Amino acid sequence: MSLLRRLGEKSWETPGAEAYREPDSYRPAAATVGVYVYFGVATVIFTLIAAAYLARMGLPAAMEHGAGADWRAMPEPPLLWINSGILVLSSLAWEAARRLARRGEIGRMQAATLAGGGLGLLFLAGQLLLWWHYQTAGYFLSANPANAFFYLLTALHGLHLAGGIAAGVRALGQPGDAGRAARNVRLCAVYWHYLLLVWVLLAGLLVMT
Amino acid sequence: MATTIADDLTPMHHPRTWVGKYVWSQDHKVIAIQYSVTAIAIGLVALVLSVLMRLQLGFPGVFPWIQPENYLQYVSMHGMIMVVYLLTALLLGGFGNYMIPLMIGARDMVFPFVNMLSYWVYLLSVLVLVAGFFVPGGPTGAGWTLYPPQAISEGTPGSQWGIVTMLVSLAIFIVAFTMGGLNYVTTVLQARTRGMTLMRMPLTVWGIFIASIMGLLAFPALFVAAIMMLLDHVAGASFFMPSMMSMGQATDTLGGSPILFQHLFWFFGHPEVYIVALPAFGIVSDLISVHARKNIFGYRMMVWAIVIIGGLSFIVWAHHMYVSGMNPYFGFFFATSTLIIAIPTAIKVYNWLLTLWRGDIHLRVPMLFALAFLFTFIHGGLSGLFLGNVSVDVPLSDTFFVVGHFHMVMGVSPILVIFGAIYHWYPKIAGRMWNQALAQVHFWVTFLGVYAIYLPMHYLGVLGVPRRYYALGETSFIPESAHLANQAISIAAIVVFAAQFLFFYNMIWSLFRGPKAGPNPWGAASLEWQTPDTPPRHGNWGAKLPTVYRWAYDYSVPHAPRDFIPQDEPHPKDTAP
Amino acid sequence: MRVAIVIVALVLGSVAFHLLSPWWQTPLASNWEAIDSALNITLLICAVAFIALNLFLALALIRFRHRPGHRARYDPENPSLEKNLTFWTALGIAGMLAPGLVAWGKYVDVPKDAAVVEAIGQQWQWTFRFPGPDRVLGTAGVEYMTPDNPFGVNPLDPFGRDDILVESNELHLPKGQPVKMILRSKDVLHDFYVPEFRAKMDLVPGIVTYFWMTPTQDGTYDILCAELCGTGHHQMRGSVVVEPREQFEGWLAGQMTFSDLLAGASPEAVTKLFAQANTCTRPATWGMR
Repeated sequence: MSLLRRLGEKSWETPGAEAYREPDSYRPAAATVGVYVYFGVATVIFTLIAAAYLARMGLPAAMEHGAGADWRAMPEPPLLWINSGILVLSSLAWEAARRLARRGEIGRMQAATLAGGGLGLLFLAGQLLLWWHYQTAGYFLSANPANAFFYLLTALHGLHLAGGIAAGVRALGQPGDAGRAARNVRLCAVYWHYLLLVWVLLAGLLVMT
Repeated sequence: MATTIADDLTPMHHPRTWVGKYVWSQDHKVIAIQYSVTAIAIGLVALVLSVLMRLQLGFPGVFPWIQPENYLQYVSMHGMIMVVYLLTALLLGGFGNYMIPLMIGARDMVFPFVNMLSYWVYLLSVLVLVAGFFVPGGPTGAGWTLYPPQAISEGTPGSQWGIVTMLVSLAIFIVAFTMGGLNYVTTVLQARTRGMTLMRMPLTVWGIFIASIMGLLAFPALFVAAIMMLLDHVAGASFFMPSMMSMGQATDTLGGSPILFQHLFWFFGHPEVYIVALPAFGIVSDLISVHARKNIFGYRMMVWAIVIIGGLSFIVWAHHMYVSGMNPYFGFFFATSTLIIAIPTAIKVYNWLLTLWRGDIHLRVPMLFALAFLFTFIHGGLSGLFLGNVSVDVPLSDTFFVVGHFHMVMGVSPILVIFGAIYHWYPKIAGRMWNQALAQVHFWVTFLGVYAIYLPMHYLGVLGVPRRYYALGETSFIPESAHLANQAISIAAIVVFAAQFLFFYNMIWSLFRGPKAGPNPWGAASLEWQTPDTPPRHGNWGAKLPTVYRWAYDYSVPHAPRDFIPQDEPHPKDTAP
Repeated sequence: MRVAIVIVALVLGSVAFHLLSPWWQTPLASNWEAIDSALNITLLICAVAFIALNLFLALALIRFRHRPGHRARYDPENPSLEKNLTFWTALGIAGMLAPGLVAWGKYVDVPKDAAVVEAIGQQWQWTFRFPGPDRVLGTAGVEYMTPDNPFGVNPLDPFGRDDILVESNELHLPKGQPVKMILRSKDVLHDFYVPEFRAKMDLVPGIVTYFWMTPTQDGTYDILCAELCGTGHHQMRGSVVVEPREQFEGWLAGQMTFSDLLAGASPEAVTKLFAQANTCTRPATWGMR
């Protein structure tokens, strides 16, 4: 039943339990709903920072913020592309884990999960290296708003990734309940893809401007 | 993967120790009470601050220990505590937690552990907030809006440490709220019992549900703004800090945009009004319906109005910024969107009134508070039209008209609903009934008192009395009588303040000495009154979850033996062989 | 029953309070009748709604209060009634929005012949600048500020030399002359607010804001700061004297220009002032002319 039809229900005219028996597939698992709702929260966070980024750059001149004269874009070292590549590989590993989980191949799923999580850690290490690289080159947070936005965005993205790795570890650490572990690994994979998408958009923003 | 509705209690974690039951509890009802008590405790601090403010405004110079910086600190902390740490926490963390599982027929929230964590993180945010009173320089005095650059510049109280504790506390609060909010939304979507379709939910659940979604999408704006301002303050960034002088010295900041902060703040701040208002709208609908023994009029329209208001409230934020220096052409759009949002809100008011029409109105104390809400909300809603109507806002913005308006609409109105709701559900939560006489006195003093406080403020605002002034001082346009008005307002405020202790005394006394209340003293149809135990036990529903056969508003159904039919009472066509 | 009577009494009391209280708008001293009339239309529509809704509430409470044997009507919804109510509400809303938007249209549309006057806010005082005979304000910014150049006028900008600096919190304006108030802040947010003019606007550091109005009544009016700007917020006062043009011209002629200021300063101070201006490589943040 479509959402609009359900919101149009005249519930006083249709008493009884039979008329509104819902199909069993109607309610997705709580964790799934929770993760998708959280995507909304994270999307707002990253969208607003991106909007603030553009406003602070002085792009929407109509806003009359008077900002942007001091904006100095950062260089794009090769490490940025290497890290992005690692994150793509990591996402591929998670995707493999997700498919294996669906097919019920628990052993291979665990291996793929470990690979995905490990590559995720490697990405985070790479990001830290990138920070160090910028710091030594004099691109401090306080030196320019472009730098400050870069550190802010990468830090928030990295925290989200770290949370994903923690959730993945927790999902694997439930050996007794294979079905639940598989479901949680699938959720982690979806979450990972979401963060990859966020990263691609953020990197695009950083590179384009 | 689908989840079928589980009747069995086995997966629930039943604690055995007292600490497990009442401190580290994962029971939504205990968490709700923890949230409520904490919120009311910190709210009392804010209430005392408001009395201090009124002492200064009513009797300037009489209290030499209230200096301008103290006054601004009272203003700022009072505002932030009331809006975020009291109203949001109490309506969603308190009522949301208690009511959602009971009203939709669930055993608990879907993530009980996260729910518990949400409370403890909230408590941490409150402690960090309170720490602001003890840091060098005291709490921030930048106003609850925390506008940069003054919030983090010399010349504003608490611009060194107070602002840091405030921003950190807000960030922690938002983490706590996000954990709670995910729970509320997911529980409503996922854990409704058999037969509980979306359109059979009581409006209380609808209000809290939509408010939670809005909170999840609006609080990130405040989170981002708080983090960015923290970086400006402690790490030398210049997101919001332009090139400027501070105490005669040029700062090394450059190019930042104070207006950018205002956009972020109000992108949170306006939905926040409705995050507080929508649960109150939902609760008051149920109070009116139960005590008028009549179904809520236009239930579908009420649900749609809640959803539409929730959506529209994300595109009206800049009506707080008409004279902020943003591009003035934005005013046309935001005035129009703001006044459009008045239409679904007005429909809600009509439907409350039409619910009373041809009802069978029992004027019990919860109903009295609901009626008082109608009066103050009509008043506050209408005065909001002045401020939304862009050019009319120009003379009124930053005057006492604004203070009168927002206290009427999002201070007094939701708090009257909260009182009504506490009186209404107290028999279920405590199992006992409160004292009638004390409750009546509390109601009359509060209702008449708040009107005496906030009606004159509108008129002072039209006269041009600016807000956030430590003292009016000498002006050519403020007559002596306005100072008298200020004194009268202050006296009314102190009387209302004192009356609240009747309420606390009544609640605590009744907890031990009140007469036992039955399981359903008001004859309410919704599910929370049909629990097998009063107060409900851990797990809420005994061995088997209830099945819902009808909507939550079957009052005075023609030919029914009683004037209400509980939601879980089978319909003849279900029981027929 | 009691609550119904109280609600009727509160409605009547509110109306009486409105009619009898001495607190209402100050006498208008500018061209913004449009704002006042938009306010009055809004008030009228809101008052009708306030009285009607609350009297209906009281009537419902009296007629349908609980009596033994009485039973409520089962009345789920009435779409045509709700549609009607929506329509009339929308009409009322449109009725107040239209004059509001029309007045805003005038507010954002500065007349071409408006004279430019700059108000500068800092914690916690006001100063003012007039453009001088060339009718153009010189560029300015905090980066040009020295103890001898408190207004931060750019000494390299020829348009700034004849600017008239009013280092006092008293502003004079000619009656009947449309004025575009250019607003700058040296430090934090402020707001230029004269209750009798109705118009106000924030001062935002880093950018230039503005509004316009025409003073229409001779007199002296208070300037208040209407945006919280720190501990001295309530003391940030000034006054504006509206007077006939001849008197205004006389007052203006007695003020100091930026050239006078440069001429009066010590040679070291002037050297320093120019040296600081020469180090400014980025465009002046207050570049509005």
